[in-house]
Amino acid sequence: MNPDLIDHEFEKTSPYLVGREKVREFSRAVFASNPVHLSVEAARNAGYPDLVAPPTFAIVVQQLTLDQLFTVEDAGIELTHVVHGSQQFGYSRPIVAGDELTAQLRVTSIKTLGGNAMVTAETAVHDVDGEHVVTATSTLVVRGDA
Amino acid sequence: MTAAHEDLGLTHIGADAHAGLEIVHEYEVGDIVAEATYPLTRESLVRYAGASGDFNAIHYRDDVAAEVGLPGVLAHGMLTMGLAIQPVVDWLGDPALVADYQVRFTRPVVVDPVTGAEITVEAKIAQLDEEAGTARVDLTVSVEGATVLGKAQVRVTLP
Repeated sequence: MNPDLIDHEFEKTSPYLVGREKVREFSRAVFASNPVHLSVEAARNAGYPDLVAPPTFAIVVQQLTLDQLFTVEDAGIELTHVVHGSQQFGYSRPIVAGDELTAQLRVTSIKTLGGNAMVTAETAVHDVDGEHVVTATSTLVVRGDA
Repeated sequence: MTAAHEDLGLTHIGADAHAGLEIVHEYEVGDIVAEATYPLTRESLVRYAGASGDFNAIHYRDDVAAEVGLPGVLAHGMLTMGLAIQPVVDWLGDPALVADYQVRFTRPVVVDPVTGAEITVEAKIAQLDEEAGTARVDLTVSVEGATVLGKAQVRVTLP
């Protein structure tokens, strides 16, 4: 693993438009049954402008930034050797259909343990007004044994 | 198995300088606030792959899973994380009350092509701050009695 990734400047992703049907599709996939995820009327009655995405939907936006990480030249990360160690989301507000979200990645730590490396990737997600929506943090274990 | 419960915070039940302060929330540390069981099948994995865009073949192809030394086709860790918070969202009634959610992926969930896998979730209040109206809810997420997520914690604003 290349330790210089800590200093690597990752570009903001182009805006991701959260689609209403994508929210429904994701909600069904994670067994989210609260009506605010599925019914626009229920979401509006609860005070939201549109369908509310389930809490882990942010991974879809974060994934765009992890793809940037995996394609950095000389990153030293072989995708088939990557294991998801842990995941965290810190929310300012839920993601709602119609949001246009941009994400920016920062590698906050790289630790080497034996032949393996543990990289912490922190993705900050903002809306079109520049307001913080969620920060998604992944710890990835990159196996060096194969 | 429940080592995460060792650092239980002190309970504040509205004990305050204000005389006659009402107890706003009826919760106590140790309360189980939600429970649910989710039967996963291979279809669930394909559905999550499509919804999330994670098409790693270890989540739907037995031959690929075997090739990389796995005990079988695995559920996406993010699928387990995604469903495990649903009982908490249902209890809260509003996803906006979830302030922070974290898990460690400690044990893979093997999904049998015929019998699938059954994930059970139990959500328990581990810390309570009555004044702030917030709590830390710990999730015990298990398959056949073995926990599959570690340090699965949700910080919430109490409903």
